[in-house]
Amino acid sequence: MRDFWTIFKQSFWTKAKTKSFVITTMIVVAGIFLMANLSSIISKVQEVGVFGDGKEKDTIYVLDESGSLMGQLQQQLDAKDSGLTLKATTESIQELEKQVTDEEITSFLVLLLNDTDTIQATYTSKNANAIEQPITLREALQTVQTNLKANSLKLTGEEVAQLFVPIQFEQDAVSASSKSEEELSQARGLVYVLIFVIYFAVFYYSNMIAMEVATEKSSRVMEIIISSVSPVKHMFAKISGVGTLGLLQIALFGLIGFVALKTSSSDLTSGVFSFFGFSNVSITTMIFAVVFFLLGYFLYATLAALLGSLVSRTEDVQQLLLPMTFIIIIASFIAFSGLGNPEASYVTVASYFPFFTPLVMFLRVGMLELPFWEPVLGIVILLITIFILGWFGSRVYRGGVLMYGASQSLKDIKKAIQLGKK
Amino acid sequence: MTLQIEHVTKKFGDFVAVRDLTMTVQQGSMYGFLGANGAGKTTTFRMILGLLDTTEGSITWKGKPITYANSSHIGYLPEERGLYPKMKVEDQLVYLGQLRGMKKSDAKIASNDWLERFEVPHYANKKVEELSKGNQQKIQLIASLVHKPSLIILDEPFSGLDPVNVEMLKKAILDIQLEGATIVFSSHRMDHVEELCEQLCIMHHGEAIVSGSLRDVKRGFGRQNVRIKADFDLSSLGELDGVNSFKPSIEGGLFQISEERTAHELLRTALTKGDIRYFAIEEPSLQDIFIEKVGKEHA
Repeated sequence: MRDFWTIFKQSFWTKAKTKSFVITTMIVVAGIFLMANLSSIISKVQEVGVFGDGKEKDTIYVLDESGSLMGQLQQQLDAKDSGLTLKATTESIQELEKQVTDEEITSFLVLLLNDTDTIQATYTSKNANAIEQPITLREALQTVQTNLKANSLKLTGEEVAQLFVPIQFEQDAVSASSKSEEELSQARGLVYVLIFVIYFAVFYYSNMIAMEVATEKSSRVMEIIISSVSPVKHMFAKISGVGTLGLLQIALFGLIGFVALKTSSSDLTSGVFSFFGFSNVSITTMIFAVVFFLLGYFLYATLAALLGSLVSRTEDVQQLLLPMTFIIIIASFIAFSGLGNPEASYVTVASYFPFFTPLVMFLRVGMLELPFWEPVLGIVILLITIFILGWFGSRVYRGGVLMYGASQSLKDIKKAIQLGKK
Repeated sequence: MTLQIEHVTKKFGDFVAVRDLTMTVQQGSMYGFLGANGAGKTTTFRMILGLLDTTEGSITWKGKPITYANSSHIGYLPEERGLYPKMKVEDQLVYLGQLRGMKKSDAKIASNDWLERFEVPHYANKKVEELSKGNQQKIQLIASLVHKPSLIILDEPFSGLDPVNVEMLKKAILDIQLEGATIVFSSHRMDHVEELCEQLCIMHHGEAIVSGSLRDVKRGFGRQNVRIKADFDLSSLGELDGVNSFKPSIEGGLFQISEERTAHELLRTALTKGDIRYFAIEEPSLQDIFIEKVGKEHA
């Protein structure tokens, strides 16, 4: 058991101390902070005026041909806290267009009232991709219009309010396993992010295992190691060491993300974060995420160690890992496509196939109200597969690490088992 | 208290890597393994270490098979050098020592002692890939010795070293033997085996074609060389009964004979022809034996 810990610690620390690992971790941490504070950073930058080039971006020049609309519009804009300022101008449309083209002003608005007291507004900016300003203006103008019409119809404010009472609309689903639409869209964001994390982590760390094994083999240090400790112990100690490192790294990212969101000026319950469902993180989903990450990792890392033990040179690792890579990618396709329709039958079937379970079953657990036995059954199948693969892998590994030669194909598995036969 | 290999055969499919090998290595002795590439030396070592199982026969050390339970008493220097290229020398030695059951602190002390002994203490904090081949070899040897093993298996310990380092490593290996360790090593270099080993075996295509103590092997070879230096032509002596071959040289000639009395006969005959300046009966070198037994193509 002491050997196990020695190898465990060694594979943990040598990986943790590598420059690439430290730098990757730092970049991701920086990225998380940046993302969390993105909106406030952008608004800061805008205040400084980097993008606006010093122009008054929030000022709209208005050519008011009706003579009365501009004041009301400004009132509405202020009431909505839009931050937009209107500035009257008397210049001709051609003149204004030229100024927009020359980027002296960002936009202008032409207002007129036709004979039926309907507002006709034309908003002009350099590109048609200005979205926020025209929408705000349009909404404000709509209110102005409503007020005008109400006035001419002699309606009281109360009558107007009654006209615009919103209806009550709710969506409900009959299926017992489905969550309500509101819950679903909340869950979707979180599950999406976690599937991505599991996918990426399983992929990244099992690759790391395969590389480690291949490096030890190609540097021939393997022969000394397996003359000291059994290859099986060595393999599992290494997988556990790197797995622990991975779990810690992800936990660190999670913690940093949490801290970043808490300390950032962004409001956790609004905008993009509520879309991702972060305002209402389900503890069960998080626990399942950890469980499926660990199981997925052990499954793929064992497979990767097995494959890594077959090559003689590190350059050949990727080639041999290709089939495994495909399986992970297919699993992620099913999982991501299942986000839109988690109850599809192919998703259900795939969730019990052990190589897909970590991603697809997690998707179902996260998106649906599954009866408890379903994920448990998936996990049991997964555990059995890991056990079989571990047993099989250690047999291949024992022979594989002694095998050197040019060939590197899956046929070598047979050779390796023969060589390692006890 | 010996390393006992009894009727060991190892097959890989239809290929027989080692065939019916029997040998005994006494505790505290140095045993030399000779053989061309592919003769089965490394396979034999791997079986001794328990990395491979024997197809038939048994291998025991002190009466027990070698398993991971007693691997801390074994030291192994593989033929292909193997160290972590990016790990520091000291960390590496400590790690490998720990895997052989040492405590971290003891492994550290022992590693530094050995670095001192090989005159490379300043490499302790260097990465292995930064060292020259000869120095890497020293580190590799230390890695196989650091835990004070009682059985040491060295696969080609001197290949790729300059003569100064060969002497240094040889001396270290002899010192360890004097401290009581049993050492098995393989080499292509006959002179190293001749110099270091009391016992040896020559393997060819998986079989031990010659084995025993150095003296027995040489005697058993049944041939000796007689070197005579004289001022007259010696070629007529080559016609004598019992002389297998004659090789003339500038100062005289070399006779290969099968029995010792032929040597005396040669001397008597030569003295009747003139003055002899030099006469010697030389034992065959291992090189001669090896070439004779294994065949010239592998020499």
